[in-house]
Amino acid sequence: MRSEPYIQDEILTDLKTDLEKVQKGVAEALVKNNYSEFAQFAIRLCLEEAIVNAFRHGNHSQPGKVVKFLCKIDPESAEFKIEDEGHGFDPEGVPDPTAEENLEIPSGRGLMLMRAYMSEVAHLPPGNMLRMVYRNGPDPAK
Amino acid sequence: MSNSTSVIQISEDAGVKKITFTQRSIIDETVIHQIGKDIVTVIDGAAKPKILISFQGVEHLSSAALGVLITCHNRIRVKEGQLYLSDIPKPIFEIFKITKLNKMFQIVDTSDVAMKSFK
Repeated sequence: MRSEPYIQDEILTDLKTDLEKVQKGVAEALVKNNYSEFAQFAIRLCLEEAIVNAFRHGNHSQPGKVVKFLCKIDPESAEFKIEDEGHGFDPEGVPDPTAEENLEIPSGRGLMLMRAYMSEVAHLPPGNMLRMVYRNGPDPAK
Repeated sequence: MSNSTSVIQISEDAGVKKITFTQRSIIDETVIHQIGKDIVTVIDGAAKPKILISFQGVEHLSSAALGVLITCHNRIRVKEGQLYLSDIPKPIFEIFKITKLNKMFQIVDTSDVAMKSFK
């Protein structure tokens, strides 16, 4: 019999404590659903980047502003939705951090890492909701 | 050099400051900020800094940590110093490859190789 997917639906109010809580729940669900070590590493990194971005760039670290977090994890895929209270942004407007002229700029790599590790990354209009999906499969590191 | 709040350890050998991490995860923003401050203090304390950062034991690294490393790289270059990164675990090295920062940093396999590489 198939088990129910793991669902976490949270309103995050504090970056540090709530991020730890989210990561802990997700990490346990990934192990339970047989995700590889590579997948666990990738998802942890992408969640970190996405939630930090939502608090810092979306909400501009303003006290009282929250981040909505929703995830659904089953053996096939792990889906995450992260929504901040900002006005949204155009992801295509982010300069390519791997371009020669941008390599020495210290910021702007979070989105690129998410795109590299996740199967799907989309900013939903008006750009303040991020949807990421990781499709489970063989460990590409092996 | 290191203090009770720092998550790095700094030792010196033949004029090279070797930096190692005492935590497996370098993702917490406060921690990363502190690491940046500590390394910049080391850089600013030398005329031509020779710095080796070993990632032995590091399991997680965020883009904010990459930002600190880039800032250090830029600062060291201005002072005509040298920076080597070593002992980078495979998953962490993948982050450097994705971001193409493996082209910018001088990365070697081990601390021993790095020590022999300083001029």
